[in-house]
Amino acid sequence: MWLYFEECSVLPPEQNRRFNPAFNMAAIKQVFNEAVERVRMPTPMRLRDLIRQIRAARTATEEREVINKECAYIRSTFREEDSAWRCRNVAKLLYIHMLGYPAHFGQLECLKLIASPRFTDKRIGYLGAMLLLDERQDVHLLITNCLKNDLNSSTQFVVGLALCTLGAIASPEMSRDLAAEVERLMKSPNAYIRKKAALCAYRIVLKVPELMEIFLPATRSLLSEKNHGVLITGVTLITEMCEHSPDTLQHFKKNFSVVLGKGKKSSFKDCSQEEIVPNLVRILKNLILAGYSPEHDVSGVSDPFLQVKILRLLRILGRNDAEASEAMNDILAQVATNTETSKNVGNTILYETVLSIMDIKSESGLRVLAVNILGRFLLNNDKNIRYVALNTLLKTVHLDTSAVQRHRTTILECLKDPDVSIRRRALELSFALINSNNVRTMMKELLLFLERSDPEFKAQCSSSIVLAAERYAPNKRWHLDTLLRVLIAAGNYVRDDVVSCTIQLVSDSVDQQGYVSAQLWRALEQDTSDRQPLTQVATWCIGEYGDALLYSDVSVGDDPSDIVRVSEDELLDVYQRLLWSPQNTIVTKQYTLLSLTKLSTRFRSNVERIRQMVQQFGSHLHIELQQRGVEFTQLFNSHAHLRPALLERMPPMEVVRRDNGSQQQQVQHSTVNGVLDIADVNSEEPAVNSDSNALLVLLGGSEPSIVDTETEQQTAKPPAGVPATTDNQDLLDLLGLDIGGSAPVAVNNMNMNNNVHSTNNNNPLLLDPLGSLGSLSTSTPLPPLSGLSSITPSLDSPSLVAYEKNGLRIMFTLERSDAPSTICIAMAAYNETATLMSDFLFQVAVPKTFQLQMMSPSGTTIPPAGSVTQQLRIQNPSKGALRMRMRISYSSGGATIQDQAEMNNFPSEGWQ
Amino acid sequence: MQFMLLFSRQGKLRLQKWYVAHPDKLKKKITRELITTILARKPKMCSFLEWKDVKIVYKRYASLYFCCAIEQDANELLTLEIIHRYVELLDKYFGSVCELDIIFNFEKAYFILDELLLGGEIQETSKKNVLKAIAAQDLLQEEETPQGFFEDHGLG
Repeated sequence: MWLYFEECSVLPPEQNRRFNPAFNMAAIKQVFNEAVERVRMPTPMRLRDLIRQIRAARTATEEREVINKECAYIRSTFREEDSAWRCRNVAKLLYIHMLGYPAHFGQLECLKLIASPRFTDKRIGYLGAMLLLDERQDVHLLITNCLKNDLNSSTQFVVGLALCTLGAIASPEMSRDLAAEVERLMKSPNAYIRKKAALCAYRIVLKVPELMEIFLPATRSLLSEKNHGVLITGVTLITEMCEHSPDTLQHFKKNFSVVLGKGKKSSFKDCSQEEIVPNLVRILKNLILAGYSPEHDVSGVSDPFLQVKILRLLRILGRNDAEASEAMNDILAQVATNTETSKNVGNTILYETVLSIMDIKSESGLRVLAVNILGRFLLNNDKNIRYVALNTLLKTVHLDTSAVQRHRTTILECLKDPDVSIRRRALELSFALINSNNVRTMMKELLLFLERSDPEFKAQCSSSIVLAAERYAPNKRWHLDTLLRVLIAAGNYVRDDVVSCTIQLVSDSVDQQGYVSAQLWRALEQDTSDRQPLTQVATWCIGEYGDALLYSDVSVGDDPSDIVRVSEDELLDVYQRLLWSPQNTIVTKQYTLLSLTKLSTRFRSNVERIRQMVQQFGSHLHIELQQRGVEFTQLFNSHAHLRPALLERMPPMEVVRRDNGSQQQQVQHSTVNGVLDIADVNSEEPAVNSDSNALLVLLGGSEPSIVDTETEQQTAKPPAGVPATTDNQDLLDLLGLDIGGSAPVAVNNMNMNNNVHSTNNNNPLLLDPLGSLGSLSTSTPLPPLSGLSSITPSLDSPSLVAYEKNGLRIMFTLERSDAPSTICIAMAAYNETATLMSDFLFQVAVPKTFQLQMMSPSGTTIPPAGSVTQQLRIQNPSKGALRMRMRISYSSGGATIQDQAEMNNFPSEGWQ
Repeated sequence: MQFMLLFSRQGKLRLQKWYVAHPDKLKKKITRELITTILARKPKMCSFLEWKDVKIVYKRYASLYFCCAIEQDANELLTLEIIHRYVELLDKYFGSVCELDIIFNFEKAYFILDELLLGGEIQETSKKNVLKAIAAQDLLQEEETPQGFFEDHGLG
């Protein structure tokens, strides 16, 4: 028999006949054989034999062969409408389906089986329907009819099969068509059918909530059952209804009492006429107090499944309802104290009880009890229980922090758990528990954790520590110490924001700078190749405040005799190692090189050695480092007189959290921004930018402004009066110290501008071609070159908040332009979060009657508390009202954020 | 509950029950991903896994993994009890069940599950009642299978 199938599946017979006479004979033979076999009523392979054969296949190819052969056979029997073996063939197909092979061609056969009067057929048919049917309309209509028939069957198991299938694959249409049948069955005298109908109703309500009303009357009586199956399904159904419809929730609360109030005849009065809460409480109480019943016992607990479902429903009924909560306080306390906790079952119930206590308006004593249960869970040997405890504590920590605080030590202990899921939960919870009172002890543990933790935790954990330290730091010294420890413990996993945060903090804490430099020097003396961020911070600090390290005694720690005193040569030896170690990244070397150059003005001697070290980089293979090497060397040769002024200490950076739009603050912003640019020397920046960058950055300007200038010049006509020769190259040369005569002037202007920029924006220098460069150093709302002629800055230029969401704020400053019907908008995007926003992209669309011109943005990366600016020119020849649609996208903390916004409230007088 | 999967230590699917409507392709993808994720976890780890928007509760019995996807707010510990109840039922029905029983009688395993859960919710908390219903239906099947000439008429 087996061989017969093999021949059958080689090629379709009609092809054979046409081309090969030999095959033709074979085909005739085959047809003949087939007829004979049919007369002899061959039995198709049994299901178990097929499974055996498939399992015997040694390779995947072999398995596929067996299955393809069998599928071909099954298909052919389906075509022949072989009803005697349909059941067996569908069962085989279901097995094949589980192995991942296509079996959709069996869908209709399942329906035929369902329609058969035999129970075996129905059983397999419905099983097949549940496994093979998707939400395809045509088949669904057929199955709805079959289901309707079977729901009216007199055999309870046929009804059961139909209900089970409906519960598994009900689509909204099916739900609508069959809701009435299900409702009827919910009132069936047969408990087996009633429980299944109740869950079908649950499923229908889930799919089509409007159908809820049909089931309401029948649902009420389900709670008066003795049968646990019906009870649990009834509770499930009511829970679903109450959870998704506040009206129904009220209905259940009221309706039960109304019936009671009417005071029907006592003989007729059963528990369904009680109020729902006391009714549930009574059922629960019976469950707890009832003696051992073998039918529902699970290791000493009576029907935990039902108990949990009731507790969950109580939670929904007691939520925001003082009266209902009052009614269930006692039973919750009883469950919480009387449940056996040696097994998972008991803890399951306790867990649900805790959730209920936390959710309802429970007594404070009960809440303490609940948190204590969770505390006990934390000590449990079972990892699952510990996981559940941590998860629940995290949910309740905002409700009752002090109660959770009591278990702090246990939670911190969980940080040492070998299971990673538990450690992760514990870590989250620990951060939620930090406050200004416990920050010292908590941080000590968390830093220990950070030191030992797996790499996957380090980045997230270090950033969270930095945030917590910033919020709760008792003093600056502690805050700095914590940041240093993070840099040491997390090594290369530290995110960039930690580097900039630390630098900012050091710069801001004037009295700690010597101490920090000394500490960092200590760290730097060791091998730091696996701690690039630490090296970056260290070199930055030593570059800025190295003189304190060199020429005064700085004590480290509490012991005043522990003094760090470094000689210039020692320092340079370390720098030499850092600069030439292949393990250090380019960014670290950039920091180091800049730091070294700065040190040349802090040192009393050894300047020549620094010059030599810097000069070596003039031939470095990396273009960025080479550029720096060449430029910095210039500062030792022909432009040595500029060096002291250029390499002065950075002014303290202030962290501006909220910007109220005043110019003073905007300037502060730009200072922070400019300085951060040094910190954030980003190797991803296009080389062209960074080339011109180094000096500009030193001068306090933000590097991308150059790009602005460039595009501005390409797009806008050079205004009259401005030397047209000021093209990009010249501009760079001007800054690049190649022009002997004019450079000092330029630099002077720069310095002046640096000094005055915080006080006066409408500086007369703005009108000077060279002075306009000064505006590069401040990101005032004026576009870099436009101040020259095309735009008259007006003091009363209105600022608008165009967008504010997720810590990103976009401000528009409107400026009138000299050109007719043209308005210029200076967009400034501020990052008010503590994380870096990268790939920032700002796009704008305006109606067709407008013409929009967008300049390049000042950057695509916004550091925390930093900003990015971009110029927009909008022409409005028709003088209509301006509407604008914005699309904003950026990445922050690994997530990409996209948003759109519309802006319609532009002041109309802007157009002239 | 959104779905339940049974698979072997070798990653072979032994039973799948879906209570949510997904296209076949997606079901296969979810199954594949879950099997690899769970098999990669060490035996000492806890039974819960936060995976996409669902919570996975799984437990290994001998060579078989039982894995359920539940909603975020469902009781994880109770799901473990449900899995255990199902295993107990299989054990009672087959008489100390092993993976082979479930492979060769997969339809029976489905029937038992369908008497325990309906639409992803537990419908019967008494083991006895579940087994009684299964036995009665098996009997119905036996009665209508003709004996004698068509000896192997059943599923075989």
